[in-house]
Amino acid sequence: MSAPTVTRRRPRAGKTLLSVLGLVLSLVWVFPVYWMVLSAVTPNARLTASTPSFLPVHFTLANFSSVLGDSGFGGALRMSLMITGVTLVLVLSFAFLGALAISRWRFRGRTSFVLAVLFIQMLPAEGLFIAQYKMLSTVGESAPVLGLNSVLGISILYTATLVPFTIWMLRGFVAGVPAELEEAGMVDGLSRTKAFLRITFPLLAPGLVASGVYAFLQAWNEFTTALVILPAEASQTLPVWLRSFLSASAARGIDWAEVMAASTLIAVPVIVFFMLVQGRMTSGLVAGAVKG
Amino acid sequence: MTTTTPAGPTAPTAQATASTPPSPIAIRRRRTPATPYLLLIPATLILLVGLGYPVYWQVVTSLQQFGMMQQFGAPPTFVGLDNYARIFTDDRLWAVVGRSIVFCLVNAFLTVAIGLGLALLMRAVHGAVRIVMQVVLLLAWATPLVAAVTVFRWLFDYRTGVVNWLLVQIGLEGYDGYAWLAQPLTFFFVATLVIVWMSVPFVAMSLYAGLTQVSEEVLEAARLDGARPGQILWHILLPLVRPVLAIVLLLQIIWDLRVFAQIRLLQDAGAPISETNLLGNFIYELGIGSQDFAGAAAVSIFVLLLTVLLAAPYVRSLMKEDAV
Repeated sequence: MSAPTVTRRRPRAGKTLLSVLGLVLSLVWVFPVYWMVLSAVTPNARLTASTPSFLPVHFTLANFSSVLGDSGFGGALRMSLMITGVTLVLVLSFAFLGALAISRWRFRGRTSFVLAVLFIQMLPAEGLFIAQYKMLSTVGESAPVLGLNSVLGISILYTATLVPFTIWMLRGFVAGVPAELEEAGMVDGLSRTKAFLRITFPLLAPGLVASGVYAFLQAWNEFTTALVILPAEASQTLPVWLRSFLSASAARGIDWAEVMAASTLIAVPVIVFFMLVQGRMTSGLVAGAVKG
Repeated sequence: MTTTTPAGPTAPTAQATASTPPSPIAIRRRRTPATPYLLLIPATLILLVGLGYPVYWQVVTSLQQFGMMQQFGAPPTFVGLDNYARIFTDDRLWAVVGRSIVFCLVNAFLTVAIGLGLALLMRAVHGAVRIVMQVVLLLAWATPLVAAVTVFRWLFDYRTGVVNWLLVQIGLEGYDGYAWLAQPLTFFFVATLVIVWMSVPFVAMSLYAGLTQVSEEVLEAARLDGARPGQILWHILLPLVRPVLAIVLLLQIIWDLRVFAQIRLLQDAGAPISETNLLGNFIYELGIGSQDFAGAAAVSIFVLLLTVLLAAPYVRSLMKEDAV
């Protein structure tokens, strides 16, 4: 009888030790985020002092007001909102139809399509942006609404990039709603469309939310394509604007307090949003991509 | 592929419908074969416009002379593989390729190793600590790339950065005013820190999810048989998460091969550009910087082919999942 108690007690001592290690690592990992927020609420004069303070003892919101007063911020925010909005609508509707097709029907060419989708989602923006730049600059000569620096132009590129993975992610959700449920509805006298709208569609809502959040985050945070496709200062999105803001600040010896306030303004809403929906999203990611 | 032989996932369904009485849905499916194609039209169109045409343009451009004359509207001339020959005999390209591969492998293996360590640690710690770890990892995961790189630039700022301050505090006076981002080696060290910091959460969470799938009964049985924690780890946990581990490593390799934004943003701090460029940055310089579109297209094709090659095992594993 003594053996089990021994084996049970030894892991417990180890568990405490490992828990301490886990906490230390958590501190290390969270430090950059903490430092960003802390610097954002500290006057720049304190940041350049010889000894940094690790607690918000000189709390101020002045940095935020000077960032919000920057002429570029409002425009970049509007640009980001519009691009993300258009992208979200296009991605969700196109991917939803695509996911329906590949999970509810077996048809000729299905495997090829799925194969293509899976490969396409791996293609790096870095291997395409030169061609996309040339394409949009050519189109822009005759139709500026689709050219470089346009909301629609980059939204189309974002949609193309995000549709494959979104199809794949939604496919898991659509496959999770058994076709038999729809059949039962049809047996009870619903038309095919009504059966779909009343039975299947509501069950897909979590999947749509999860993929919508994924697409939103990707489009909102995207930097590489935006840097290339939106070269005009007036059409920068928030991530590209943050880079210009830092460069402009660097010309005057970098006001890190302001730069961190700008980073915080961009990061914190995204972080909060991500945390709120992460349960749904990670389960979606896992269901769709990594494991079945 | 499937247009000639509808093999793979199609076969089991066909058998199933043949052996069971046809349901209304099965009849409907057979009668309206046009529906799935109609549903795929929007997605296919946007893919053709947004990605298909650019890839086509790159293939064509990489086979053409695209110099000053063409910028001003002269018809391009077909030059075969000249651009490839020109680019691939350029030592600059091979320096970049070598650097990208080393950087990619170091980052991918570091990320996966640390992620695995954290996932195992999360299994072993108290519940409250596990929640703290998960929240912290999510924080890092959710931080937008540009914000993350900007913060690391601040942490490693040569004059007032907290890293140099800490190093001086523990007695390393040499780091007073040390410019991390001004030399290639320390530049890539900082870049690695950013990338690992950002990428570990996905790996750790995926592996942790994989580890929780291991049934408690199996572990209990092993414990009753007297297996030590090390043995359980090596002979039960690791083999069971190996499929997830392989996929995550592969994804990390693919993602780290295309690192562009982090490098570009860190270069702004005054790094020697030509010595810190990775493949994506090289293409950017070539195309947007020096307007050598043909050369940039050739390198892009190379990157795309490399990605497709690397992605093949991942896609195969996903296709298996699709067949189920």
